[in-house]
Amino acid sequence: MLAKLLEMLGPGFDNFLVVIQKILTVGVWATLKVTVVALFFGVLIGLIACLCKMSKHIIPKAIATVYIEVIRGTPTLVQALFFYFGINGLLVSLSNGSLRMAPLFAGMVVCSLNSGAYVAEIFRAGIQSVDKGQMEAARSLGMPEKLAMREIIMPQAVRTILPSLGNEFIVLVKETSILAIIGVSEITRIGQIQASINYRTFSAYFGVAVAYFCLTFILSRLVNLLERRMAVSD
Amino acid sequence: MIEVKNLHKYFDKLEVLKGINEVIETNEVVCVIGPSGSGKSTFLRCLNLLEEPTKGDIVIDGVKINDPKLNINEVRQKMGMVFQSFNLFPHKTVLENITIAPIKVKGLSKDEADKIGRELLERVGLADKADAYPRSLSGGQKQRVAIARALAMKPEIMLFDEPTSALDPEMVGEVLEVMRELTHEGMTMVVVTHEMGFAREVAHRVLFMDGGYIVEQGSPSDIFDHPQNERTQSFLSKVL
Repeated sequence: MLAKLLEMLGPGFDNFLVVIQKILTVGVWATLKVTVVALFFGVLIGLIACLCKMSKHIIPKAIATVYIEVIRGTPTLVQALFFYFGINGLLVSLSNGSLRMAPLFAGMVVCSLNSGAYVAEIFRAGIQSVDKGQMEAARSLGMPEKLAMREIIMPQAVRTILPSLGNEFIVLVKETSILAIIGVSEITRIGQIQASINYRTFSAYFGVAVAYFCLTFILSRLVNLLERRMAVSD
Repeated sequence: MIEVKNLHKYFDKLEVLKGINEVIETNEVVCVIGPSGSGKSTFLRCLNLLEEPTKGDIVIDGVKINDPKLNINEVRQKMGMVFQSFNLFPHKTVLENITIAPIKVKGLSKDEADKIGRELLERVGLADKADAYPRSLSGGQKQRVAIARALAMKPEIMLFDEPTSALDPEMVGEVLEVMRELTHEGMTMVVVTHEMGFAREVAHRVLFMDGGYIVEQGSPSDIFDHPQNERTQSFLSKVL
């Protein structure tokens, strides 16, 4: 058995290198594209959803609450399937095929919406962690609520939520692997394709795992760096 | 002049203020004393609408401020407030704490605001702390910065909510000294305090609150030396 394992190791390693090469030329860019777009829109949507949810007005509050609950209450995999095959499928048949989302675009929308709901809750926790005396002090100086929020509350909230936000970004990188199922040529999909070509599944998925680990490792170092820099002025 | 007319405040079903009528004249220094839970902080916080009155009116210089149509931010610019827990902005330096409202609310240039800020820091004896962050200050220093921050908006009225209650005893004096100077400058002040010595010394008038009412009021000597009401007598016998 050991002899057989050693025998497999050579071609396995070759296949590993092929997978890594394909990931570096195609997969990693698709993964990064989706991640960066979803990161940006996730924070934007999250911030808006959070402010809506904390609003005194009933309509934005209701919309934000439903959005957050639905996203958090359904699996990302199902969201991707529903959005691409369900909504996109509906769009295609209603428009007789003239309107069609590319898998990459659909993937970006799914990940942005998904991340937004989690980021909204992270922001809410951050804002609520700021002592309410801060808002009172700001308001007592004559600051309008929005100004106080922007100048006093948010900078403090962001600092406390930075670790959870960093964690959310890393989760996001990993979650994009789900998009393999709708045919986005990201890292996991590349691995699947390579594995189906020569059935060297071990080295193919090992390559995929290594690629994700490298990405998240770099990202977590960057988040740490940012945290330390923000802590300096504290 | 602050006129408080039939002020009631409920927190859910709990009635904290049960009909307060009071007039505070311009340049008057009023100290509010009373046991915990008597409603004195709520009364003070109603004056700049940090608490919305459930019923009744607050009228400042003839303007009813608890009118929903009124821009409360403009009213608040004329009223400084100092809190028991300081509430300095921890992510801003001492000087930035003082200058942020003049810059962002009044539209002063950074240079103008810095000049005012440094003068005020000089006045409260903390000129050397301009670039420090609040976390590096002692409680007494924090509270002096908080007073400077409130003064930077050039308020006509200053509200103090137990400004020395969170301080170590040896730091109470430095804060009271700054407040004492303010009274000499003719600032209209409403001070909720447990510092009976300070109240006796600087107040023009002392209000004793209990159970959501102003039970008794008068000059410091009336209240401290000849309290008429039984509850005032009982409270003072415990604290003096």
